[in-house]
Amino acid sequence: MQYLLLVYHNEAQFAATPYEVLTPMFAEYFAYTTAIQASGNWIGGNRLEPTSTATTVRIRDGKRSVTDGPFAETKEQLGGYYLVEAKDLDEAIELAARIPGARIGSIEVRPVPPMPTMPPA
Amino acid sequence: MLATLIRLLGSFDAAEEATQEAFATALASWSMHGLPDNPRAWLVSTGRHRAIDRMRRREVEARRSGEAARVVDWIAESEAVRPLQEARLLAEENAMEAVQDDRLRLIFTCCHPSLAEETQVVLTLRTLGGLSTEAIARAFLKPVATVAQRLVRAKAKIRDARIPYSVPNRKDLRERLDAVLLVVYLVFNEGYGAEPRETERRALCEEAIRLGRVLLEMLLTAPEVRGLLALMLLQHARAAARFDANEDLVLLEDQDRTLWDAGAIDEGARLTAESLRAGVSAYGLQSAIAALHDQAVQTSETDWPQIVGLYDVLLQLQPSPVVELNRAVAIAMHRGAAAGLALVEALDGLEEYCPYWAAKAQMLAWIGEIERAGEAYKRAAELACAVGDHAQQRFFERRITALRHG
Repeated sequence: MQYLLLVYHNEAQFAATPYEVLTPMFAEYFAYTTAIQASGNWIGGNRLEPTSTATTVRIRDGKRSVTDGPFAETKEQLGGYYLVEAKDLDEAIELAARIPGARIGSIEVRPVPPMPTMPPA
Repeated sequence: MLATLIRLLGSFDAAEEATQEAFATALASWSMHGLPDNPRAWLVSTGRHRAIDRMRRREVEARRSGEAARVVDWIAESEAVRPLQEARLLAEENAMEAVQDDRLRLIFTCCHPSLAEETQVVLTLRTLGGLSTEAIARAFLKPVATVAQRLVRAKAKIRDARIPYSVPNRKDLRERLDAVLLVVYLVFNEGYGAEPRETERRALCEEAIRLGRVLLEMLLTAPEVRGLLALMLLQHARAAARFDANEDLVLLEDQDRTLWDAGAIDEGARLTAESLRAGVSAYGLQSAIAALHDQAVQTSETDWPQIVGLYDVLLQLQPSPVVELNRAVAIAMHRGAAAGLALVEALDGLEEYCPYWAAKAQMLAWIGEIERAGEAYKRAAELACAVGDHAQQRFFERRITALRHG
């Protein structure tokens, strides 16, 4: 079953983190991604540009609204994601716990509902 | 049986439905044919007498409670119950281990960390405890619809997030076991705080003790499992003496000890010794402290130095201001109120904790600081009221009145 691992962190803190701390962390991310690719758990994933680059789109009453920023102001912001294959929630939790960002921020683990099997045409 | 069915049917929901249908069929059949032989024959054929005794005990319990609950009555007469035949085959190979393993899986699933604590409690009571949704609602003073919805959501989460139906692996076992024990203790405490007239809520104490025994039966040999059961038995042993004829709280030191359950105290003390022999644990230490209280013939004979010593060890294991507070109370009993008060006043972070103010008030009263004692009792009463503990609230108000009248 697939799970989306959403990596949240406090962007302001992240921005203020010195280079000497960030560099080893990026190395850890690289090692983690490589490891879960090798183990067959990795389906996809990306770091995201910060919320300062975000735009939120809504349609209400047929009217389009395009606004600057993330959908809501939150204490922690979405920094990246991993899409993984895991046999159950415990395995997904294990994978999430190994993400370097788990030590500083929060990893939300969301199950992806399996595709319903389409009836034959 | 629910546990075995879950494993065979691969889904919590389906198993529950199967047992409901099987149960309904069983009821219908009983009224026509009387109690069937099959389940007993099945058990007897494996020669597992313990299992039979357990089933018999449950049958008696179930009949007493008016509900023919989770007993061996699911007869293979309905479509939905066909898996039961497979269960029977499996059981004939390995009767007790299979059932116990399944119950272990069940309790660890119910207490999975991804479920909210309240949900863990309700789920455990519903599945392992066998309490109906209505009974749980009555015990916790919640609307039935709320409890029902919580159960529905929990099962949906188990299904949709694929919470595994398994015993955790070795490295997670300790932590996961702590969660299970906490749920059982939460159930016990819910009952312990109930007033005499809240009979269903009070019954949660017995339910928790029963769950504690089930955990022990499931070959969970960690010292904390015995320790928790011992603690609950020793606390519950005092039940008959804790409230007076007016349904008002009676403090430990004022209780009529002849009303204490000597059998429960003996069993609790024995389990405590076994627990501590197997290893030091927080519940084990707490049960030892409870044993010392319960074994004293009168309050004045309580072994306070040993209790203080046990709190010292407990603090090493589980440093917390609450434990410090309890230790301070023991110090006050052992070396006088001034010594205890000095410790209490040095504590941080307990301003919203009712027992903190209660202890402080009592110590202040002892050293003659009547005004401050009254204020502390007032704060304790407010906090007790805030959590709906009206028996305690009334107790503190009586103390305030007593102080005023010298």
